[in-house]
Parts: sequence; C-alpha cells; structure tokens
Amino acid sequence: MNKSIMIVGVGGQGSLLASKLLGKLLMNEGLDVKVSEVHGMSQRGGSVVTYVRCGEKVYSPVIDKGGADCIVSFEKLEAARWVEYLKKDGVIITNTQQIDPMPVITGAAVYPENILEELKEKVKVDELDALSLATEAGSAKAVNIVLMGRVAKYFDISYDKWINAIETTVAERFVELNKKAFELGYNY
Amino acid sequence: MKELLIGNGAVARGLYEAGCEIVSSYPGTPSTEITELAAKFDDIYCEWAPNEKVAMEVAFGASLRGKRACCAMKHVGLNVAADPLFTLSYTGVTGGLVICVADDPGMHSSQNEQDSRHYAIAAKVPMLEPSDSKEALEFTKRAFEISEEYDTPVLIKMCTRVAHSQSIVETSDRVVPETKPYEKNMQKYIMMPAMAKKRHPFVEERTAKLTALAETSDLNREEWGSTEIGIITSSTSYQYVKEVFGEEASVLKIGMINPLPVERIKNFASKVKKLYIVEELDGIIESHVKNLGLEVEGKEMFSNIGEFSQNMVAQAFGKEVAEFDSIETAVPMRPPVMCAGCPHRGMYYVLSKNKITVLGDIGCYTLGAQAPLSALDSTLCMGASVSGLHGFNKAGGKESEGKSVCVIGDSTFMHSGVTGLINIAYNASNSTVIILDNSITGMTGHQQNPTTGYSIKGDPAAKIDLETLCRAVGINRVRVVDPYNLKECEEAVKEELCAEEPSVIISRRPCVLLKSVKLKPSFKVEADKCKSCKMCMKLGCPAISMHGGKAEIDKTLCVGCGVCQQLCKFDAIEDGGAL
Repeated sequence: MNKSIMIVGVGGQGSLLASKLLGKLLMNEGLDVKVSEVHGMSQRGGSVVTYVRCGEKVYSPVIDKGGADCIVSFEKLEAARWVEYLKKDGVIITNTQQIDPMPVITGAAVYPENILEELKEKVKVDELDALSLATEAGSAKAVNIVLMGRVAKYFDISYDKWINAIETTVAERFVELNKKAFELGYNY
Repeated sequence: MKELLIGNGAVARGLYEAGCEIVSSYPGTPSTEITELAAKFDDIYCEWAPNEKVAMEVAFGASLRGKRACCAMKHVGLNVAADPLFTLSYTGVTGGLVICVADDPGMHSSQNEQDSRHYAIAAKVPMLEPSDSKEALEFTKRAFEISEEYDTPVLIKMCTRVAHSQSIVETSDRVVPETKPYEKNMQKYIMMPAMAKKRHPFVEERTAKLTALAETSDLNREEWGSTEIGIITSSTSYQYVKEVFGEEASVLKIGMINPLPVERIKNFASKVKKLYIVEELDGIIESHVKNLGLEVEGKEMFSNIGEFSQNMVAQAFGKEVAEFDSIETAVPMRPPVMCAGCPHRGMYYVLSKNKITVLGDIGCYTLGAQAPLSALDSTLCMGASVSGLHGFNKAGGKESEGKSVCVIGDSTFMHSGVTGLINIAYNASNSTVIILDNSITGMTGHQQNPTTGYSIKGDPAAKIDLETLCRAVGINRVRVVDPYNLKECEEAVKEELCAEEPSVIISRRPCVLLKSVKLKPSFKVEADKCKSCKMCMKLGCPAISMHGGKAEIDKTLCVGCGVCQQLCKFDAIEDGGAL
C-alpha cells in the first residue's frame, strides 16, 4: 500500500497528534513510513501542513503538487490552499469549520464565501462538521480524531487496528473521549 | 526494537546509545527536540544553557574531564558558538564531543538560511550529514567514535526535513565507555600561541587522515544504477533524487560532508556518463568537485535559495511531474500571529499608538511586526535589540532617545541581551529597554531558562531576578508593569523615555499557553452598544473580528485578558466573570 496523506490546518488545531496516530498505525502494518512536520514559528496560528507517506520504501519525507492521495483538512480554507497537492483521483476530507486568518480579520482580505462549492467542482470532497462531532464526543479539541475516523473509511485497515493505535498514542485519560470521536467520524 | 522517531529524537536516541553523559544546549528551531528528548533519559545529564557559546563550552569541559558530551543548536546558534568551535578544532577532545547543528532551508522559523557546512570547512572539523532518522541515530554514534579516534569535535548537520521528519529506526542498548582519567595536558589544552602553533599542523594532518577515512568509509556510499546519469548528493536532497530516479541513475551519497573524498569522487565520475550535484543551499560539494577538475553541473540547474522537493528535482532534469487541479479564487494568506491573550500585545499596542521606534529581537514577540500592530522597526539576531538601540541612540542623540525603545524576551535577554545592557550602562545612553518577560522560552515550545526557576527536567532551579540583575549592571531606573494594563504601560513608557538616564521596563506576565496560567472566561461584545468604531480591531487579536458591522469575540479563542475592554469607549465589551 503506497499512500501519501497531507494533514493541513491552523496551528494549534492538533494536527501533530493526528499524524502521530497515522504514523504509528502504518508502521504497525509493517510499512515504511515517513512523517514530516513543521515546528516553531509557523505553529502560532499560521497555516500548518504535515506530510504522511507510507509504502514498501519511502524516500522523500514531503509530498509535492499532484502527489497526495488524500488531504485531511481541519479548516475549509486550508483545504483550498493545498488543493494543488492532491492527485488527480485523490480526495479531500475536510472539516467545514471556518477560522478567519488575520488578513481577513483586519479587512485586508476576504474569506472566499463559496470555497467548498468551488473545490467540489474540481475535486472529490468529503466534508463534515468535525467540530460539532468532536463537541458531541466530549471536547472541541477532538476534531483531529473525528477526522481520522473519517480518513479510516479510505484505508484498508481494520477498525480495531485504528482503535489500538489510538489507545497507544493518546494519554490514558483521553482514550475514551478519542475513541468516541473516532467512531463519530467513522460512522458519519 | 523498531520505532518511529523524528530525526531529532533519533539523535537523542543516538546520544543515549553512545553513552553520552552530558548535553548542554540552547533551544532553537529546528534543533530543540534533540536536547528535550535527550533529557527524557535519566542516564544523561541535560541542561538548557543561557546561550550556545556557553553550551558548547560546557560540552568542552565535560569532554576534557573524559566523558562523552554533546551540544545542539540551530544554524544561527553556531554563529554564537563559533568562537569555541574554531579553537576546539585545535585542542581536540578527551571524551567524544559531538556538536549538532540544524539548518533551516526555506526559513520555516529562522531569520536567515545560512549553510552550516561552511563552518565545518572553515573550522576544519569533520561533519556528518544524515538523510533520515535511521542515519541520524547511526551517525550520532559514529560521530563519537570518530571524535575519539581522530581527536576532534564532530559536527552533525541536520536540516528541518531531517530534524522534523519521522522515520523508522532500529534501537539498541546503551553502552557507556569508561570515563577517561583526567590528566593535565598543557600542550594540548592551553591554546596560547606557542602551543597553538604546534596544534595547527596536527589539525592539518588530522584532515588528511579524515580524508582517507572518507575514501573508504561506509558513511559515504555508491548506489549503482544506470550509469547514464551520476548524481552526487546528500541529506534530504538524496531522498528527492532517489524518489525521482530510483535505479535510473547512479548515486554517490555523501554522509560525511567534511572532509570530502577525492579519489572516490574521481572514480565515481569516471564511471558515469554525465555528472550532477544535487545539494540544497550553497554549492559546497560542487566547489570541491570542480576543484578536482571534473566537469559537473549543479547550481546551474538548482537554486541556492530555499528547500528542494521531488518535483523540483524532476523538473530540473526535464522529467514530467504529476498533473493537478487548481481553483481560481485567491486563498488569503494565513501568517502566524500572536495568540489571543498574548501578554506582549498590550505593550505593543502602547508602543504602536505612541509611534515609538522599536528595535526588536528574536522570539514569539517578533510577530509584533505583523499588521495591524506593525510595532517593530528591526529584528536582526539574538540580543541585537539592546545593543542596537544603544547605537541607534548614540547616532540619533536626544531626539532618538526620547522616542525609541527596544523589546527583548526574558530568555533572549539571558542569552545575549544582558551584555548589551551592560554596554548601555557603561557607555551611558539614555536608552529605554523593555524586557517582555513571559516567564518561558516561548517560540521554540516552552523551554525553561534561567529566569523561570525550573530546570530542563522541571525541577526547581535558581531563578535569576531580572530587577536585581538590571540594577546590578548599573541601571537605576527599573520598573515592572503588567502588560494587561494599558494605562500602566503607557505611563511607564512615557516616563522612562523622558528620563535622563538609562532605564529598564519589565513587562511581566506569563505566556497564556503555559499550563500553570489560569485563564479567565471569554469576554463578549454587547452588539447593541458596539458602535463599529473598530478600536478593538487595532489589537490584532485573533479572537476579535467584525461580523455584520459589529465586533465579535470568538469564545473558543478568548482567554479573558481584558485588553480590548480597555480600548472600548462605549463599554460594549463585557467581562465574562471571575476565574
């Protein structure tokens, strides 16, 4: 199984945990795995991207334009920002949440109104209100795991293995919450 | 055991397995996790030093005493530590000494994208360059062996894509070599002219021996494929080359970037039809290969600016890359911003409102340069705000002194701001220094520092008292303000700018992201009272935005700092209640 997955969002939304979970799951499958993150300044509310790649042998730790099988987006504008990285037959799984970037807040730019509709005209988009589902699971912070639940639909890896990866990745006191969040995303 | 580790974690694991016993560093992206993760091993003594020079000298001392030691830093940190590095090259080591330096091509979190490989050449020190986590672990262990065998400090060069990429490593047990007994050796360790003159020939001989090692070592390796194309490459560039070419090209993969082999490169070149070099940033390998009189293409095809990628490599070789879909709508930028409730914001607002010239420094607070605050006039390097302000005021005279300040964080002040302050006191300029004390090293992800009262392991530690320190260097006017109180900040700034002597304002409030900080409930806007004046928007707080002509506060982001409330002339912003 060769897969290239991008996790994109706004700094502070929890993309690092999502990539950690995915990396662990894929390594448990006996695959070669590379996960590329960015730390530091860009994490402060900026646009963040994490690359996850797996296969028999993975060389490049990053994904280039036209290279992602799947883009998991924590915020809809970010899905649009990275759309060129999607493979021709790839899928965007996106949270429908809107977080205004500073240029929009200050009035220097406008948040494009129908961005999801425009995306849908061009590529396959699987959208869900992950924030509501996460809140339903018990914490708005579980958006990342809700989205992972949705991602699982596109992988040929059993539900139990995902759950096992959650149990071994997140802190014990958050396991139940995250299992619930995963389930809500998966069954959405 | 198999583990998925980021490159920095693999270096830390390598330090552990190699029996390294002492690590001293100053944090800096993308190097920070090396030391943070090494600190998780109880068997390694780890510490945050006030700056990279101190850290390297601590590692030197530990090596001198016979133990394996390490220090880690970002590329610009090596500028600070360059002084000990160049002479450590002469003294050599007792216990193995490894220096990790992490470059940041593409400047994800840096002020420049200098290529640290130049340092290895200039200081005549061997440098290893891993291309993934597996090599990061292996090379760290090899670096200690080379250090002890060849009597030299060894540099390990990381870069963002190696440091912050996770890949699979095979771990093994820790083996601690016996501590070498301390013996006084003046010829080797006292670098005064008579002795240093004798050590320089040793350095040159050592480089010759290391070059011989490069000729045969498996740190460098040939990967034969089609011989139509031969590519010499290293680090992440190697990964991109392999991604693009697989077996369709032969590759000479360089793991020891200094010194580079001679015969091996000539031999590789003789076996391939056309020779190329793929390396990020400067043409270091290329210069070497060209000096050997070989015909090669490198920087004609590849930029010396920014990061590479597989598509960039493919396109440079005229290969096709994947197609993709685009959208027409322009996507607004999403630059990093100061967090909602960031204690720096209040002080920046006051400085911006009063049109004060602000010499800035390195840290989260560099984000004060962003609109709408646009509060900074300069950012150069660690500590330059304080020393720079003194020069600015000496050049600008009284007029400048009355309307210019500098801002520097607590950790940056400890790093190299205090020396600038000593200069201000000693050489008497009426400079006003503002220390933005958020009680942590923020930007790099919350590391302790000498002002926080905790060690790297979270244990209680000596706490430098900034007020006392500033007074001790000769500053009489030292005052503390709360940056959540705009009136207090404004009064302090105005008074200190008028004062006829140097002064320090400590703007003190802990970073809101610290777990120990209790956050207040979100404030809210009473829409009826909001007159759409947009005063609150001047703060550039990510929690405040205008919707339908009225200000709105995002309750998931607001931490109740209350600064916006102080700006609202119509009492439209309501407190969300007590803690």
